[in-house]
Amino acid sequence: MEHEEILHRCFRCGYCKLPGNYVDINCPAYLAFRFETYSPGGRMWLLRAWLDEKISASERFAEIMFSCATCGNCVEHCAFPEFRDRLLLAFTAGKEALLDAGQVPAPVRDYLTKIQLHGNPYGKSVKKSGQWLDGLDVALFSDQEHLFFIDDVGTYDPRGQEIARSVVTLLQKAGISFGIITDAMNSDGNDVKAMGETALFEDLAEKNIKVLNKLNVKKIITLSPHSLNALKNDYPALGGQYQVFHYTQVLAFAMAGLTFSDKEPEAKIAYHDPCYLGRHNTDYESARMILRSVPGVTLVEMDRNRNNALCCGGGGGNFFTDILSGGDETSARVRVREAVDAGAEILAVACPMCAVMLEDAVKAENLDDRIQVLEVSEIVRQRF
Amino acid sequence: MTTDLINRLAKIVGPGFVSGEAEERYLYSMDPGTMPAAAPDAVVMPANTEEVQQVILLANELKVPIVPMGAGLVLSGLTRALRGGIIVDMKRMNHIIEVNPQSRYAVVEGGASQGMLKSYLKKHHPQLKHSMPDAPPIATMAGNVCIHGSGHLSVLGGSHSDMLTGMEVVLPSGEIIRTGSCSVSGEWFARSPLPDLSGLFVGWAGTTGIVTRLGIKLFPSYKHNDVLIFVAEDADLMPEIISRLTSTQVAEDMTPWMSPKPAWAKGFLHINIAYGAHTKKELIFKRNLLQASVREYIDQKIAGFLPLPPPQKGRFLEIPSPDLARFADLRKGGGFEYVGALMAIEHFPQAYRAGLAIAEKFNVSYSLGSRIIGAGHCMMFFFAYAFNRADAEDVKRASDALEATNEAALKIGGIPWKAEEPAQKQIIDKMDPNTFALMDRIRSVLDPNQIMNPGNWEK
Repeated sequence: MEHEEILHRCFRCGYCKLPGNYVDINCPAYLAFRFETYSPGGRMWLLRAWLDEKISASERFAEIMFSCATCGNCVEHCAFPEFRDRLLLAFTAGKEALLDAGQVPAPVRDYLTKIQLHGNPYGKSVKKSGQWLDGLDVALFSDQEHLFFIDDVGTYDPRGQEIARSVVTLLQKAGISFGIITDAMNSDGNDVKAMGETALFEDLAEKNIKVLNKLNVKKIITLSPHSLNALKNDYPALGGQYQVFHYTQVLAFAMAGLTFSDKEPEAKIAYHDPCYLGRHNTDYESARMILRSVPGVTLVEMDRNRNNALCCGGGGGNFFTDILSGGDETSARVRVREAVDAGAEILAVACPMCAVMLEDAVKAENLDDRIQVLEVSEIVRQRF
Repeated sequence: MTTDLINRLAKIVGPGFVSGEAEERYLYSMDPGTMPAAAPDAVVMPANTEEVQQVILLANELKVPIVPMGAGLVLSGLTRALRGGIIVDMKRMNHIIEVNPQSRYAVVEGGASQGMLKSYLKKHHPQLKHSMPDAPPIATMAGNVCIHGSGHLSVLGGSHSDMLTGMEVVLPSGEIIRTGSCSVSGEWFARSPLPDLSGLFVGWAGTTGIVTRLGIKLFPSYKHNDVLIFVAEDADLMPEIISRLTSTQVAEDMTPWMSPKPAWAKGFLHINIAYGAHTKKELIFKRNLLQASVREYIDQKIAGFLPLPPPQKGRFLEIPSPDLARFADLRKGGGFEYVGALMAIEHFPQAYRAGLAIAEKFNVSYSLGSRIIGAGHCMMFFFAYAFNRADAEDVKRASDALEATNEAALKIGGIPWKAEEPAQKQIIDKMDPNTFALMDRIRSVLDPNQIMNPGNWEK
């Protein structure tokens, strides 16, 4: 297994379980399950034990490994420099080894099978991937400055589609030059890679790169931070060299050109940092810049913000596999409680997965009358 | 039996919070130290005192051993299930129940972590702080108090068990009892003036009950904080230097340390002296007092204060410091064994030389040091040995060094701290027989079925 030579170096000191300010548990899987086995250190030791044949590749072990939301909190807060950079890589390699051993949780298997068969986890035809437009007038990509890349959730999930439409409308209003592809793009593969299915990820990426290169795409705006991560950090090694931005990174510089209504509603808003925009790509400011420039918005911060943010629990494929769902202490439910405690009336998100996860959590917590989850573009558009 | 045990535990805590699976049995069978694995039959995570009580009653009924566990960071294997049974992982009980800012105490649940309280105080009571050990922030307060831990306010307030103001404990027989003022008034301000029953649960390695709540003292948090490092070359001078520095009664924490790394530190004996003040003027006054107390050594040019640039100072003021955890990776092997021994301060030179000799004999990477407890009343002298977890010979070397250190500490007149099971036997061998007989009698009364962490404090 790749990276197996570092597994024994984990001391299990537990810094990885917490944010930098120690306010509460910040590892989604450990928070949900609470057994030491589900903590990053537990995974390291179990992987070592498995390789040493002290435990076998059981269903439980697979669940432990695939429950990792790849949020990167452990990488951020592990006490050991350099070593920590390889933590998630080791977990991904462990998942790949489990896939090779044929021990995979059923929802993971189903997720990967659908992607293999259809190019997306919804089992929909790629040819129908433009249905989210729902009458919007958006040009197909030809020679515009940017391609707007929509992830699986934005393409096929009803709530994700709303967000995709909202962002498109806002980008148009801001005068950004972009086009879309409606019938050829597969999943970005970010979460497939996080699950250790490297071959499938490469297949998806190479298919996407073929389309993108054929259209001579140079600059890409992504709806999802997960797409940003894959296209920016993983595609170049496979021949996909583009300038890649999350839409908030483009919009932050276009805000001065937008005009707002005179009667903007006042609102206290907390911003939830998406892991793949924040910790994975160290952008904590673009969305905040946008929100600060919206009249009537008072930005409040949750105890866990920026590199200390608590993940919604949807990363690493958990959005689709649901391994982390159930119980009162899922990170999404804890997160919405934290937003309410911070005095926020609106919880702003910049990722379609976070939106769905946190909206479900608001319902589960019966906080509908206290807080609303809105995507950043929706907050901006409400105030035109 | 195990299936029945798991099913019945699941009825108490819910099926999601009990496991008899191989993964949990493996991981909970050891801690990061060198003690051999001893697997439990089940791991259970109660959410409240009543669930702890139900688990203990079940263990009594089935005559199954029960082992309380906080963060499992003791390094001496005290949370291993030496005779199987149930490990009770307390970390779901991690709530901060009360902070009394006027009488300066906090009441927390048995699984509440050091880091969480630090964070809570910083947000809600920035004028207060508690004494953090050098353990990682996930370490629990109950666990640290129960092993007589110490921390960054130990010169000011003694060991962490001295800072204990009361406890709620589930006895091995299942009764829930309280110790200290909370047993009478409902407030958790002191252990006095009552018979001090808290002593029945501190230092017993989890053999007398499970602590579900505890009260601890809080202290003023200063706006201005500083650290001085006093450096000497002669270990024989250290007891007197420590005596003079503590006599000023301005330090919050004093930690002598001796390490071959970084290179500039090799061969020298350092004392970190942390202190704070509400104003800059007060801080300077305190600094002057500390400096004046050891002026004689400076004048003789046999010791002096180390100039510290601000970034380095900041590192020494970081609480808790991740440096101790980082020591575990010194050999790129993820392991270190940390032997502490409580001893009188005059034994500092002997302990230092013993540590050097043991490190050389066993060829282990070492870090030596101590924490002064109270105003120079005693110290916890520590011997930390890094090892490579992947190298069985290296683990054995560290383990042998540990045993030799315990022997040396006892020979000097010290007592191994949070002693692992073999070291407990070494202590018992030197203990007044009547003292040990009393310990046995107390336990037979509290724990007639001998279910609480058996294998510890036994001959």
